[in-house]
Amino acid sequence: MDDLYRENILDHFQNPRNFGKIENPDITYKDSNPLCGDELQVDLTFENEKVKEVKFHCKCCAICKASASMLTEMIEEQTKDELKNISKEDVMENLGISLGPVRIKCALLPLKVLKAGIYGIDKWDEEE
Amino acid sequence: MLEMEICKKLDIEKIRRDFPILKREVHGKQLVYLDNAATSQKPESVIQAISEYYRTYNANTHRGVHLLSEEATDKYEYAHRKVAKFINAKSYKEIIFVRNTTEAINLVAYSWGRANVSKGDTIVLSEMEHHSNIVPWQLLAKEKGANLEYIEVDDTGCLNLDSLDNILSRDVKLVSIAHMSNVLGTINPVELIIEKAHNAGALVMIDGAQSAAHMPIDMQKIGCDFYAFSGHKMAGPTGIGVLYGRKSLLEQMDPFLGGGDMILEVKLTESTWNDLPWKFEAGTPSIAQGIGLGAAIDYLTEIGMDAIHEYEQEIVSYAMSELLNIDGIEILGPSSELRGGLVSFSLKDVHPHDIASILDMEGVAIRAGHHCAQPLHDKYGLGASARASFYLYNTKDEVDLLINAINKAKGIFTF
Repeated sequence: MDDLYRENILDHFQNPRNFGKIENPDITYKDSNPLCGDELQVDLTFENEKVKEVKFHCKCCAICKASASMLTEMIEEQTKDELKNISKEDVMENLGISLGPVRIKCALLPLKVLKAGIYGIDKWDEEE
Repeated sequence: MLEMEICKKLDIEKIRRDFPILKREVHGKQLVYLDNAATSQKPESVIQAISEYYRTYNANTHRGVHLLSEEATDKYEYAHRKVAKFINAKSYKEIIFVRNTTEAINLVAYSWGRANVSKGDTIVLSEMEHHSNIVPWQLLAKEKGANLEYIEVDDTGCLNLDSLDNILSRDVKLVSIAHMSNVLGTINPVELIIEKAHNAGALVMIDGAQSAAHMPIDMQKIGCDFYAFSGHKMAGPTGIGVLYGRKSLLEQMDPFLGGGDMILEVKLTESTWNDLPWKFEAGTPSIAQGIGLGAAIDYLTEIGMDAIHEYEQEIVSYAMSELLNIDGIEILGPSSELRGGLVSFSLKDVHPHDIASILDMEGVAIRAGHHCAQPLHDKYGLGASARASFYLYNTKDEVDLLINAINKAKGIFTF
């Protein structure tokens, strides 16, 4: 657990980056984790095809919130094509922890919401 | 004196030795298994009964005339009689083996519901039901154009029976209700509910998933029409559950699944049905699991359901008083005397998933989530909760380890 709730995770949980809402977003998307009912919304604006601003807010656990916070830092100024290429592995590497089959869904909810928002991907490949 | 004789004390050390998994370590810590409402652990006698079937008399039931098949058939059928005695049904003909509680409820919704529920009829559930006692009725109501009404849960986590009286003034066909809530722990006054429902001309189904494993159950005393429970929550294997149904009702009902073993005679144009309970057990049944459930019932009966219930109430009462010493804890549901052996809680500023992960690293297994009772969590404005659920092998020392681990979780999230 000292591994799971390491300092950087707790830091992103306690001081989430880009937390909040955007008033007139170009894209907004919200989804939930059916296993626990956790909800997460991502708002985005674009300028010159690149992410100008991203905000998220959620009702979720520390792993999900930290993952979302790190993801929003990761995608600053990225193009839609670059966003498309972010993989689950990228997210997990960024988090720096390993998770079992249940809790990995907490960590990957932010990426699922981001991609679904941009590409309308409602179906999420559950394979890990 | 008489009371003391009735309250047979449990020999917890012996009981713990009966469950081999309890010796296991998790993340380098001694396992503290407090997720019994999800599934219970299995004693050696159950594991052996299953193994013995596969090792020494594995054969299909009701088919062969050879010795192995006869032995398998005897043991599998005898398990029905054990269940009938365990819940004081009038006959083993009222005991149908299914996969689990969910399948039992679906069987009733399909076989009884399709023939007896029509447009405009009402089915009554409660706000504290598990999804498995909601969704089958939603499917039926949609197909038939029937209405669903829900008995309210009050602020203390008990059913508001005044709301039931109002609902029962309508054309109610069935009331289907949990004997014990899997989130709140509340033991519902099912006998009173059944009396009210029967007076209004409605049948009653009881979801016994959380109760049959933990307290004495008496079909003839309760007087319900259907009762459902799962083997795996009561020291038995997965893949086996029980539907009790009143014989006169089961006789009138059409089968749930069609196939082998459930027929008397098959012609190309029509078929006739086998006797009860086999009419409702199509195809090769879960033979090993049925026999394993029989062994679980032997095990629980030997210890005594009264003693188990009493012991679990002692544990849950201790757990609740210890939990309430933790600053920021909120307990869902009623006081300990109104509930069975489980307690769900939330901890201020710490998500239930994070509590469960931290507890897991301490060897303490609990459940976090909505426990398949989303409407109830919505009512309380919670996305999820954490739940510790006890069984006959848990101890007060384990409750102390739970409390220590929660305090550790709190420490990690205190900035």
